[in-house]
Amino acid sequence: MIENGVSESAVERIYRAEGGRALATLIGLLGDFDLAEEALQEALAVAVERWPVEGLPAQPRAWLVSTARFKAIDRLRRVALDRRKLQELASEWTEGATEPPMTLGEIETGFPDERLRLIFTCCHPALAPEAQVALSLRTLCGLASDEIARAPLVPVATLQQRLVRAKAKIRAARIPYRVPAEEELPARLEAVLRTIYLVFNEGYAPTAGDRGVRADLCAEAIRLARLVVALLPGRSEAIALLALMLVTDARRPARFDEAGELVLLEEQDRSRWERAKLRDGLTLVEQALRARRPPGPFALQAAIAGVHARAASASETDWREIAALYRLLEEVEPSPVVSLNRAVAVAMTEGPAAGLSLLDELAERRLLAGYHLLPAARADLLRRLGRHEEAAAAYHEALALARTEPERRFLARRLAGGGSYGPTTTE
Amino acid sequence: MKYLLMIYDEESRWQQLSEAEREATLGEYFQLSRDLAAAGKLRGGEELEPVSSASTLRVRGGRTLVSDGPFAEAREQLGGFYLVDAVDLDDAIAVAARIPAARTGAVEVRPVVTHEMPAGPE
Repeated sequence: MIENGVSESAVERIYRAEGGRALATLIGLLGDFDLAEEALQEALAVAVERWPVEGLPAQPRAWLVSTARFKAIDRLRRVALDRRKLQELASEWTEGATEPPMTLGEIETGFPDERLRLIFTCCHPALAPEAQVALSLRTLCGLASDEIARAPLVPVATLQQRLVRAKAKIRAARIPYRVPAEEELPARLEAVLRTIYLVFNEGYAPTAGDRGVRADLCAEAIRLARLVVALLPGRSEAIALLALMLVTDARRPARFDEAGELVLLEEQDRSRWERAKLRDGLTLVEQALRARRPPGPFALQAAIAGVHARAASASETDWREIAALYRLLEEVEPSPVVSLNRAVAVAMTEGPAAGLSLLDELAERRLLAGYHLLPAARADLLRRLGRHEEAAAAYHEALALARTEPERRFLARRLAGGGSYGPTTTE
Repeated sequence: MKYLLMIYDEESRWQQLSEAEREATLGEYFQLSRDLAAAGKLRGGEELEPVSSASTLRVRGGRTLVSDGPFAEAREQLGGFYLVDAVDLDDAIAVAARIPAARTGAVEVRPVVTHEMPAGPE
């Protein structure tokens, strides 16, 4: 079963590809996040030593899992941490056996369930949302702490603390490691989907920092959603979320120009959109809309993204349809951001004055205080109405609130009078 | 595994209930207690007198300092508790969701630390 020797960088590459999935399996087998992580690290150390000399095992992931499992048993032996757990693990294999007790088949067939269970553990509502995101990225996607910390711009130490606390809570409160029962599943799946969407948004529109986008986080979120769709088939909102992220992500190449400046949806070069991703996404949008009546919040958002995506140019966008979809979304899942988007769509169909009155209502309710896109949208509509002084004041307000550098530069350009003055959508 | 379910609600809400409403709610508590006992999950549970009856004490420098009122002032007060056996957090949450005050106030779910107490001198 041994092929040719492999370089250390190849080991590293394999680990990056397989490590996350191996970790999920190990957490399932061992029922302990920390033990699984430590055991996998030890197995990796063995791999780095042996693979270059002895060659690559036929099934690297199975090898990593088996080796890590032995390491975990060793570790439990050494510290006699948990006698019961040791007995459980040790009873399944006999002392001195040369082959690990687990076959590849067992690992592979048990595998999907392991990851699905792990998703529900990581996204348990008893964990803080930011901990859910961090834990998912760490254990389901295999990202290192510093990679995760880069996005929300928290110090690595803070992030590690967050992970430590979350894992401690899972242990102390005994947050279960299983797919919830059918009657709890819809609510719990919602939490999982929300977390995945948080990961995506953190990648697509980072809440802070000098970078406009983090493609790796978008890709991880899409991968997680694909996993949920594959493992829990027929859940319309999971399909819808995947569709929404694919259609949105397809626009990513056009979202920034060569200089790294933010380009509005209306001004994007649509030929730069990723066609294949878009097609996949649009097919899934249809599927999600057919699967559930009335459509859920993700299905509606996916449908809105779909209307934008199908328009050959910004001017051909069916704003009436978009305004109607936002109206439905306001009913299903009311939020001031949704109302803001509807106001923008209304401005496109009924004129800037109609949109502005909706925005002013929103501003009065003060629910979006601190959100830069509200004054940014007001500024655009004011400018289109020829109320330039008020528009400038609103741009200044937005500028003070914007959180990332590309956003700030974009608003500064607007303020200076550059570019056309289409609506500022919150895409 | 044991969990303490701490029941928080506004005391005034309870006091404003009509006799019939209060009886119906108490009935729900009794039913929950009976179900938990039948399932072998009930370790304890009591309703507490209002916070106006609470005293808080601290021992500092060997002196016992007693003051009137609860440890923490809040809009919602600790009004009772259950101590239950549950398989895991989801199991405990399912029990907590049946507590009537969860619908108006809140229930805090805390896992209990198990200590093996060494045998005493007696």
